[in-house]
Amino acid sequence: MGTKNAELPKNWSVEDLGEGRMILNMGPSHPAMHGIVRILLTVEGERVAEADVEIGYLHRGFEKTCENVTYNQVIPYTDRLNYVSPFINNAGFSLAVEKLLDIETPERCKYLRVIMSELGRLQDHLTCIGANAMEQGAFTVYFYLINARECLYRLTDAVSGGRVTPAYTRIGGVTGDLPPDFRAGTAEAFRKVRKNLGDADKLLTRNRIFVDRMRGTGVISKQDAIALSFTGPVLRACGVPYDVRKAAPYLVYDRFDFTVPVGGSGDNYDRYLVRMEEMNQSMRIVEQALAQIPEGPIRHPDFNVSLPAKEEVYGNIEALMAHFKLTFEGVKPPAGEVYQAVEGGNGELGYYVVSDGSGKPYRVRVRPPCFPLVAGLSKLIKGGYIADIISTFGMINMIGGELER
Amino acid sequence: MNQHVTRTIKEKFPEYVTDSHAFRGDETVVIKREALLEVAGYLRDGLGFEFLMDLTAVDYPGREERFEMVYHFFSLSANLRLRLKAPVGGQNPVIASLTPLWSGANWFEREVYDMFGIKFEGHPDLRRILMYDTFEGHPLRRDYPLDKRQPRLPHRD
Repeated sequence: MGTKNAELPKNWSVEDLGEGRMILNMGPSHPAMHGIVRILLTVEGERVAEADVEIGYLHRGFEKTCENVTYNQVIPYTDRLNYVSPFINNAGFSLAVEKLLDIETPERCKYLRVIMSELGRLQDHLTCIGANAMEQGAFTVYFYLINARECLYRLTDAVSGGRVTPAYTRIGGVTGDLPPDFRAGTAEAFRKVRKNLGDADKLLTRNRIFVDRMRGTGVISKQDAIALSFTGPVLRACGVPYDVRKAAPYLVYDRFDFTVPVGGSGDNYDRYLVRMEEMNQSMRIVEQALAQIPEGPIRHPDFNVSLPAKEEVYGNIEALMAHFKLTFEGVKPPAGEVYQAVEGGNGELGYYVVSDGSGKPYRVRVRPPCFPLVAGLSKLIKGGYIADIISTFGMINMIGGELER
Repeated sequence: MNQHVTRTIKEKFPEYVTDSHAFRGDETVVIKREALLEVAGYLRDGLGFEFLMDLTAVDYPGREERFEMVYHFFSLSANLRLRLKAPVGGQNPVIASLTPLWSGANWFEREVYDMFGIKFEGHPDLRRILMYDTFEGHPLRRDYPLDKRQPRLPHRD
């Protein structure tokens, strides 16, 4: 709280603040501001009259960095976009470059990417709901859900060798196949996830306190959500059934039987319900994928795209040359531009990649799903109570890494 | 797939469309920048592209008009995507803002202003968003050096 001009947003001044209003500075370092975001509030008593959301504390120059490294070197950076569901970012970027190259990855690789993406979505939603429940006082739920997430982290760790930054995909393939006990491990982990989700459901969904804080807060209409470019669970909670996996099925999403849950009222409670149901659907997808997954290679066979196997490199001059050229010069897509969208944890994650024919991308633009969501945050919280900011902000699921890149 | 959209725009605005292509299936229409609001409005109201999915810019220092604005539209009802591009150049690059049509353009345009220095006419609140106010230059321009350092912000009381 303060009245010094230095703490006011650019276009405001103390003089026209208005009678009975007060400036309240929320963040950048605030326990409920996951990461660092600053909201400058003008409040009238307990009500939010104006809000200015200030971001940029986590900007790392991702897009600039990408212009100076090879395509495969971008993949570890994409981990750090949405670090709660890194597999989706990996898959999205690889798909964009493969679209530029006009190649298809082997069947098994597509299934692997689907499985890992859905596990990533589960991790994302578990974190979102767990953290949000904790902020509203339901600490037990946090532990239930984070324990469930831990089981999934162990699974994905066994496949990719990383929990938060796996860098799992490569252009034209993935880094590793499933370990032998993966099916059993998944069944075991899903039993735990389902049990903990059931417990969380019992503790939250019909809980008077939780419902009171979620129902009717952070409401947005369908039209406003579309005008603000919202996507993902927040848009679906308004009743718009838009999911990239259904609208433009990438990888092998058209082969699975799953539904897209939608809400109706566009409030925080519907966002919570949509996410809860999406987790069930994600588990269904993973189970179907594991039943369908064919045997076969996990990398594109062309040496101009993916690194040859080590045995080949040491025993075959062609492979040795390809290895050298790919490592130093990188994959070289033809000049052109593509936009590839995938369904991220928070909505449409789009990669716009421009190639000039060299081994480094000319331009990589990420359409981060939570950027429009945070842009619309001030509209969501205006008129509501200060305390409701916590639940709205939690259900937006702002991820600093992808918001500010 | 959605070539009829490109064709419709070409027929509707023959004097503004300078180029079109469909590289890897991404329908793209290049228009003159003065027509942006008109074409975008027609896309939204006439052709049902209700989403402005993304808005960004690319810097091509070798070209006569240095920057290229890139808009990605999406129509949920028809499940179509369209990319609209408009070159912007000159010492003081400026293009119309899409905020009157999509309120979501607000932050996207602030980011482009921050990263490329392109100004948006009619934007309600054009200021830096990711970088700090005293930052000099625009980092995503190709001539901004990768390893350039700028002084740290002085501590504020």
